Amino acid sequence: MSGRVLVGVKRVIDYAVKIRVKPDNSSVVTDGVKHSMNPFCEIAVEEAVKMKEKKLIKEVVAVSCGPQQAQETIRTALAMGADRGIHVEVTGKDYETLGPLQISKIMAALAKKEEAQLIILGKQAIDDDCNQTGQMTAALLDWPQGTFASEVSLEGDKIKVVREVDGGLETIKINVPAVITADLRLNTPRYATLPNIMKAKKKKIANMKPADLGVDITSRLEVLRVDEPPQRQAGVKVETVEDLVSKLKEAGLV
Amino acid sequence: MLLGLTPSRRLLSHRHCLLQCRSIKSENTARSAALDSVLSAFRSICGEDGVSLGEAVRQQHGKDESVHRCCPPDVVVFPRCVEEVSALAKVCNNHRLPIIPFGTGTGLEGGVSAVTGGVCFSLRNMDQVLDIHQEDFDVTVEPGVTRKALNAYLRDTGLWFPVDPGADASLCGMAATSASGTNAVRYGTMRENVLNLEVVLADGNIIHTAGKGRRPRKTSAGYNLTNLFVGSEGTLGIITKTTLRLYGIPEAMVSAVCSFPSVQAAVDSTVQILQAGVPIARIEFLDDVMIDACNRFSSLSYPVTPTLFLEFHGSERSLEEQVHTAEDITQSNGGSDFQWARDAETRNRLWKARHDAWYAALALRPGCKAYSTDVCVPLSRLPQIIVETKEDLIENRLTGPIAGHVGDGNFHCLMVVDPNDPEEQRGVHLFTERLARRALAMDGTCTGEHGVGLGKRALLCEEMGPMAVQVMQRLKDTLDPKNLMNPGKVLQPREL
Repeated sequence: MSGRVLVGVKRVIDYAVKIRVKPDNSSVVTDGVKHSMNPFCEIAVEEAVKMKEKKLIKEVVAVSCGPQQAQETIRTALAMGADRGIHVEVTGKDYETLGPLQISKIMAALAKKEEAQLIILGKQAIDDDCNQTGQMTAALLDWPQGTFASEVSLEGDKIKVVREVDGGLETIKINVPAVITADLRLNTPRYATLPNIMKAKKKKIANMKPADLGVDITSRLEVLRVDEPPQRQAGVKVETVEDLVSKLKEAGLV
Repeated sequence: MLLGLTPSRRLLSHRHCLLQCRSIKSENTARSAALDSVLSAFRSICGEDGVSLGEAVRQQHGKDESVHRCCPPDVVVFPRCVEEVSALAKVCNNHRLPIIPFGTGTGLEGGVSAVTGGVCFSLRNMDQVLDIHQEDFDVTVEPGVTRKALNAYLRDTGLWFPVDPGADASLCGMAATSASGTNAVRYGTMRENVLNLEVVLADGNIIHTAGKGRRPRKTSAGYNLTNLFVGSEGTLGIITKTTLRLYGIPEAMVSAVCSFPSVQAAVDSTVQILQAGVPIARIEFLDDVMIDACNRFSSLSYPVTPTLFLEFHGSERSLEEQVHTAEDITQSNGGSDFQWARDAETRNRLWKARHDAWYAALALRPGCKAYSTDVCVPLSRLPQIIVETKEDLIENRLTGPIAGHVGDGNFHCLMVVDPNDPEEQRGVHLFTERLARRALAMDGTCTGEHGVGLGKRALLCEEMGPMAVQVMQRLKDTLDPKNLMNPGKVLQPREL
């Protein structure tokens, strides 16, 4: 086993930012807006780094797809403890239409190229909330998957994953190599400290294009329109219970 | 001659304030006429949405986390930029309307009570983090940015702002009250960490206390205006930007807990740890009453005896040395049950008792409210003042578990009071006065962190002496001749 783990990290609009839709309803405003690593990707990186600290794996490789700025996200992963990075460059219109299917093709190609033993991704990105990339990647590679992981333990050539599901917790054992997607309670990601940020500057980030991996990133989806959620209407104050009941009746609710 | 007030006169001034609150309703009709003429001016400055007369909104902006009664302003305005703040201030100035700046309302001394009505400037819409300079370790923020929001914003840079007063307070509000926190022993308070302020004065003029955009790490240029406004509690101007000193996020942290046979042993350990040069980040003291409350509240089983909670920051290697030194010192002072933890989850569990202290104290007597005292004395006097204070509590049958930032000589008695029992409230009132005077007699201060606000104006006079108070009054008169900036706070009204 190579002992190598691939971690996907996505650059998204920071969770604390107030999102605004562009006047032409084509997409959200991203210019001049603070971006950072997707929170679930942070958890994924943390899990991989923890495994390396426990000497269960040998190398953590952080991967991001996007324009030049994606390198910042990779640097953050390196500052958290990843060993090296891979930046798959996608720009302009291609970047705007980049989605889980293309990413999963890229991750699958990289997994083969790097002979990865494990892929850890965030369960979903906070901008599109797709929750598809991990599952698609596993399908393309024909690997088992442990999604919504809140606990992961390596046991020889198998992995025990405790999954958060609607009914509670499900424990499964899957073979290695596998794809894991990280859920909220898997761990608490560490902060990047200054000395580690300094060290990260010296770590290598390889550059490549999707074509170098033989991946076609044409999108099969077209976004027609983006709208804000409807504005919350003001409530109505009533004086008596009778008023309340009559208003509810008017609205056809009772 | 003691310029301070005797207890009965102090109660009178307190009642005077309450009466002022109640008489607002009758004054309101007269005020309404004056207000109507300015409301359209306010609306043209900050838009229709930026002015609120709603009762719920005014109530919300007339109180903080203290026990002082809610004194709602007559109107709340929500400016979006410093130019709007300045324009609003000019209108208020022309019409002699009091101005009360409002950040997050998390203060503990009634600083936002509109005791004579007026206009509350809620600054929460000015919420931008401006100008981070990573290599220079500084950042400038607007009043709507809270300390947790700033630290979340900074997390990828490896930097943080360590002043932690507990609440998620507005940073400009923290500057206005000269806030401190559990980290002060290593990182200092707001006084040491504010490099520059943008302030709107009572007449609407905008100044930069260290010059516009300037952020040198040190300076000897002119009078220290920055630290004049830090701690002025909104009585000299409205802070609309603050430039803060940042620090590197610690590489690693270790938390520890240790029990002691006596208060003296705990404080001696603190002094010795500091003298040994251990750059300890937090050193918190909980007395036996507090530990007992925490045990019950959080289902813990710490020995019911004075306890220290410690936190160390540093590199892996320096942490080992720090913890080792601290452990040796605590043992030599009779400390026992020294536990320590490195990973986040266990550290949080160890410190849970300290984090939940406020709620644990409240849980001692459900249905009651809590008031936190806040005195600070030189380290060497700490054992004596805590021992004497505990005797006072027992003698007067008051509930007051103690939690303290012993590294600074600062401690809080969390007084749990029945809000419907005037006798008990009076008892607590007198107790806090005795406590403050005890601290003053030991070369200390009546307020280490919370500020003067409404309740400690008389004590401020005792602490500073009449000459210094006169200087403060003169500064106030110069900057705010009409006494519009947060009237009734910090300095006593002249009539009394």
